[in-house]
Amino acid sequence: MKRLLQIEFQKLWLNKLSRFLILAYFFLLTSIALVAAIKFDIGPIKFYLAEQGIFNFPYIWHFNAFVASFFKLFLAIIIISMIANEYSNRTLKQNLIDGLSKKEFIYSKFLMVVLFSILSTVFVFLISLILGLVYSNYTEFGIIFSDLEFILAYFVKHIGFFSFCLFIGMLIKRSAFALGFLVIWNFIEWIIYGLIFWNTGKESTIPDTILSFFPFRAMSNLINEPISRLSAVKAVANQVGESLSYDYAVHWYEIVIVIIWTFLFIYGSYRLLLKRDL
Amino acid sequence: MSETILTIKNLNKNYGSLQAVNNLSFTIEKGNVYGILGPNGSGKSTTLGIVLNVVNKSSGEFSWFNNTISTHDALKRVGAIIEHPNFYPYMSAYDNLKLVCKIKGIPTTAIIEKLELVGLIDRKDSKFRAFSLGMKQRLAIASALLNDPEILILDEPTNGLDPQGIHQIRELITEIAAKGTTILLASHLLDEVEKVCSHAVILRNGVKIYEGRVDELIASKGYFELNTTKKSELLAFLNTHQAFGTIKEEEGKIVAILNEELSPEELSKILVEKGIFLSHLVKRKESLENQFLKLTKKQV
Repeated sequence: MKRLLQIEFQKLWLNKLSRFLILAYFFLLTSIALVAAIKFDIGPIKFYLAEQGIFNFPYIWHFNAFVASFFKLFLAIIIISMIANEYSNRTLKQNLIDGLSKKEFIYSKFLMVVLFSILSTVFVFLISLILGLVYSNYTEFGIIFSDLEFILAYFVKHIGFFSFCLFIGMLIKRSAFALGFLVIWNFIEWIIYGLIFWNTGKESTIPDTILSFFPFRAMSNLINEPISRLSAVKAVANQVGESLSYDYAVHWYEIVIVIIWTFLFIYGSYRLLLKRDL
Repeated sequence: MSETILTIKNLNKNYGSLQAVNNLSFTIEKGNVYGILGPNGSGKSTTLGIVLNVVNKSSGEFSWFNNTISTHDALKRVGAIIEHPNFYPYMSAYDNLKLVCKIKGIPTTAIIEKLELVGLIDRKDSKFRAFSLGMKQRLAIASALLNDPEILILDEPTNGLDPQGIHQIRELITEIAAKGTTILLASHLLDEVEKVCSHAVILRNGVKIYEGRVDELIASKGYFELNTTKKSELLAFLNTHQAFGTIKEEEGKIVAILNEELSPEELSKILVEKGIFLSHLVKRKESLENQFLKLTKKQV
C-alpha cells in the first residue's frame, strides 16, 4: 500500500495543475472560517453572522459539512484528470507493461480517493471544532461531540462522489467530456425526477423515494440543507404562516445506498480496465 | 539446457471479425536475440500487447518463466518498449525513471548509470515534454533497462527516427545484445533484424509462417548468377553437378542455388576445364528481404 501511495503521490504532486488545485481546495476550506467575519452594519440594520447561531455546537457540524462539500468540485477535477491523463499520455499502458497489475492500478486510484476524503473530513472537523470553540454559546463536552454523524456523512459522501468521478474518468477517458458528463448526469437525475413527478402528482412521495437511489440524490440526501434549522429562519417562516419541519437527520439507509454506489463505481472501473484493450 | 523465458501456445486474438493473431505458438529461450517479422498489421504488436498484459487474448495461453509467477510480477523482470515512448510529460527524465523504479519495486540506484548509457545524463532534469523523439526513445530504453531485465522487448524501436537516431538505437541494441541479454525485437525493417537477430519468427495475417534461426532462413550457401554463350552445355553441367540444387533462368541469366559450399574460383576452374567460358559470374547470398518477400507472398 505504501508503494502504491508513493507512486500516486509522485504522479499528482509533480503535476503543477493538481498541486495548485489541491492547495486551492484546502485554502478554500479554511476560508469557511472567514464567514465568521461577515458583519453588516448599515444604520439600523445590524447583522453579525457569527451571532446568528450558525457556529453553535452541534449545529455547526451540520452547517460546515454542508457548506464545505461545495468545494469538492476542485478535487473532482483532480481525480478525473488523474485518470484521463493516464489514458491520454498512454502512461496507463506503460504502467501495466512496467509490472503494475490492473487491480493495483485501480486500487492505487481508490486509495487516493480515500485519502482525499479523509484529509478533507479531518480538515472540516478541525475547522468546525475551532470555530465552534471560539463562537459557540454551548461548550459542554457532551454537546460539542453530539451530532457527529454529519462528519461521518461528509466522509461517506465524498468517497462516493470521488468514486463516481473515478468511474466516469475510466469510462470516458477525457477530462473535459468526463466533467461535462458529471453535469449532464445531474440534469438527467432531475429530468427523471420531473418525469416521475409529473406522473404521480404533487402529494406522492414516490418521486423522492425513487430518486433517493440515484447517485447524486443519494449523496445530497446524506447532508440536507441546514439553513431551515436556523432559529432566525424559522422565526421568519412562522411570521409568514409556514412551518418548516423537515427530516434533516442522517439515516443509516442513506449511508448504505452511497456505500453500495461506491462499491459499484470502483468494481465497475476495474471491470472496464480488465475488459479494455489498451 | 536452455532456460525458457516465454512460451506462447495456440494464441488467438479477434477484433470483431478480424483475426489479428491466429493460433500462434512459439517459445523464447534465454540468451538469444529474436526478431518478430511481418508486414504492417500482421499481428506483431498485438502479440506483444497480449504477453505484456495490455491486450486481452481471445483464446490460447502464454506463460512467463515457465509459469512460475503471475504476469504482472513477470513483467517486473522484463524491459519493454512499445511503439511510442510513454512517460509523464510534466516530469523530468529522472523523475520518470524514479516512478518506474517504484512500480517495479527496485532501488533507484541504477537511474544515473542507465541515463549515462543512453547519453541523457546531461538532460536528466529536463521535462520529458521538451525531449525530441530520439531522446524520448533513448529514455524509453533506459527505462526498460532499469531492472537489468532478463528479456528486453522492443516494438519498432526505430520507427519515426531520423537516420542518426536509428543508428544510435541500433548501436545500443547491439551493445545490449552483446552483454547476453535476451532480446525480442518486432520490426518490419528486415536489415534491422538481419543485423541484430539470431532467431526469427515471421508472421503474416496473424499466422506464423516461419520460426527458426535467421541464418537458416537466409539459405546460407548462397547462389550463382551465370551467363555464357554455351547455355545448354552449362545447364547440362549444372544439372549433373552435386553442389547445385534448383536451377532456373531469370532475366536471361542462369540462377543456380547451392546445396553445398562452392567458391567462384573453383566453379570457374571446372567450367574452363570443360571448355565453357562465362560472360557473367556473380555469387550472392540470398538476402533476408528476398526470403521474407517470398515467404509472405507464398501463402496467400
